[in-house]
Amino acid sequence: MKILIKNGRIIDPANQIDTVGNLQIVDETIQPLSEDFQPDQVIDASNRVVCPGLVDLRTRLREPGEKHKGTIRSETHAAAAGGVTTVAIPPDTIPVIDSSAVVELIRHKAEVAGFAEVIPLGALTKGLEGEELSNMGGLKQTGCNTVSNARKPIRNSLVMRRAMEYATTHDLTLFLHAEDPWLSNGGCAHEGSISTRLGLPGIPDAAESAGVARDLILIRETGVRAHFCGVSSRNALQMITQAQQDGVTVTADVAAHHLYLSEMDISGFNSLCHVQPPLRTERDRDGLVEGVRNGTIQAICSDHQPHDEDAKAAPFEETEPGISAVETLLPLTLRLAKDHDISLSEALATVTHHPAEILRIDAGTLSSGSLANITIFDPEAWWRVTPQQLQSAGKNSPFLNWELQGKVTHTLLNGQLVYEAR
Amino acid sequence: MGKNIQLDSHGRLRHFLSIEGLNRTLLTEILDTAENFVSVGNRAAKKVPLLRGKTIANLFFEPSTRTRTTFDLAEKRLSADVLNININTSATTKGETLLDTLQNLTAMQIDLFVVRHSASGAAHFIAQHVPDSVSVINAGDGRHAHPTQAMLDMFTIRKHKEDFTRLRFAIVGDVLHSRVARSQIHALNMLGCPEVRVIGPHTLSPSHVEDLGVHFTTNMEAGLDGVDVIIMLRLQNERMSGALLPSKGEYFHYYGLTEQRLKRAAADAIVMHPGPMNRGVEIESAVADSGHSVILQQVTNGIAVRMAVLSMAMQQSNPEGA
Repeated sequence: MKILIKNGRIIDPANQIDTVGNLQIVDETIQPLSEDFQPDQVIDASNRVVCPGLVDLRTRLREPGEKHKGTIRSETHAAAAGGVTTVAIPPDTIPVIDSSAVVELIRHKAEVAGFAEVIPLGALTKGLEGEELSNMGGLKQTGCNTVSNARKPIRNSLVMRRAMEYATTHDLTLFLHAEDPWLSNGGCAHEGSISTRLGLPGIPDAAESAGVARDLILIRETGVRAHFCGVSSRNALQMITQAQQDGVTVTADVAAHHLYLSEMDISGFNSLCHVQPPLRTERDRDGLVEGVRNGTIQAICSDHQPHDEDAKAAPFEETEPGISAVETLLPLTLRLAKDHDISLSEALATVTHHPAEILRIDAGTLSSGSLANITIFDPEAWWRVTPQQLQSAGKNSPFLNWELQGKVTHTLLNGQLVYEAR
Repeated sequence: MGKNIQLDSHGRLRHFLSIEGLNRTLLTEILDTAENFVSVGNRAAKKVPLLRGKTIANLFFEPSTRTRTTFDLAEKRLSADVLNININTSATTKGETLLDTLQNLTAMQIDLFVVRHSASGAAHFIAQHVPDSVSVINAGDGRHAHPTQAMLDMFTIRKHKEDFTRLRFAIVGDVLHSRVARSQIHALNMLGCPEVRVIGPHTLSPSHVEDLGVHFTTNMEAGLDGVDVIIMLRLQNERMSGALLPSKGEYFHYYGLTEQRLKRAAADAIVMHPGPMNRGVEIESAVADSGHSVILQQVTNGIAVRMAVLSMAMQQSNPEGA
């Protein structure tokens, strides 16, 4: 199968390309341009942007374990509709991703569905209990090169240190959700004037900062390759920035909603804005945006967490946290570029090339010879976020009824068209 | 607080969920209406037919004696049909969701729900899910609000002190966990009180408490200086020792209201407590039983204030007024 994508604005941040032109695909890969190319299919990309398929560092597919919220099929389909071709899956599935069997199950189901490439992240500790090391060597052999304890805390600092040392032994990258569980103490909103007014149990800034501080000390000591997931506070980011300046190999991402929403948005007990870590102050939000601008935060992810209706239909503190977000990742990233004077290429790097580097996978570029994972979108088209519009089984988006700019028209996975806008 | 769901399109009370979102005119209307209902309680036949034919469900997801019985009495004095539902022993423990429970009750054509729940925002949630013709009154949600309690306190204060704009207040104790305190603070600010002080240890005061519109101090003596009204808050048993406070004794030593400390306040200061009191922990018996104390009047006034709120919310549901 030969496909020609013609007259698109080709943006490939990894190769610092931003030019109008053509792209040639033969079977699964992107090929160098040739004069005598005879395509079987032509995709006219005039006035559209052609970029690498997005790589999302955190996408919950809800399978195995919570198929009433979403399935590998429904959520990878949503990913394709959002222009996302690679999704990293946190290990907190049921059962958790701590054996080759679960890894293989997820990969197999994703392959059958055929909408996106899945990267299962291995569990750092057995059952994510934070007590005993998982079989990291075995997970590595099944192809996991990243491990994580998802949002489950590792209370015992010695276990964390040993886990870092052992991950380093097997050349694994460690994804961290830093939080001191004693300080967060079962809270559900940022501790501040809004949580005080609403009477909601608060999670202080210090919960994240204390978690990041401990983990950074151990990262410096063990030399583990580490990545902080979902930074939400300015203070935590400052410590990460300092470590980077000191030459520590540590990266960070932010969930797209933390760049737009703040604690103000939970006023009126809007459970769609119930997320973990919580939405913090506007000052924190501005700090995170600045972190993306100056490169201390390398990647933006969706932190996709589809829910069934019941999960959000209760008083705020009794609802489950999380947002159905994989389909709003691209338009929110584009809006960030527009609002804060970031070039389109730099903005797209945070959802393509950079996350691919963090995962150490061969993706997120349009280099000749690489797999043809490609997203084509109309950067000018406006669309309204509605439950009908969202392909995900989860309709729990705080951006419902927002008008967003940037609409995916085609998504290609390994040279196959897996999504085309009607 | 987003869209104001408490008022109908004419600005009349539809739900009573929190003091926030209302205004001074409405609060004054509640107090004035309550004034008219006080006499009903003093009559031999303690009933008026205002809510005859209406069905009210008292939905209590949390145990309560005082609030529930005064609501129950208020409803009966207004001639409503009353359904008391104690959800602790009901369906939610069997896995039924709050929404299911609510929908089942709505199907029984309830006109008004009085709700108490341990989660902040529960009353808002319920108000968002009832049919247009149904009203919801918050009888306490988590740490968020207890607006009828705050209004009966305002009523009691008005009985003793006429002009809110000339009064200084001290609220003492566990504001962190208190929905009563939050509602009182909003009501006092809305009624134009020039100074509300919150007194307590840092462990019992919420973060950014000043943003509620109060002055905060940890010093009981300084905080009581010259105040006209002292509102003592209840300290829950489970908070009397552990990481929040070392002991009951130490709490009383620093924050107990004694006769000695009361002398710091204005000579005609009144002392209030939403109950139930812990004598010897928050308040000395001699103070609780003194002429300064208006604690029992608070209970009596609770019925009239709740009658006022119920009748105002129900008036709204009759399109042209009752």
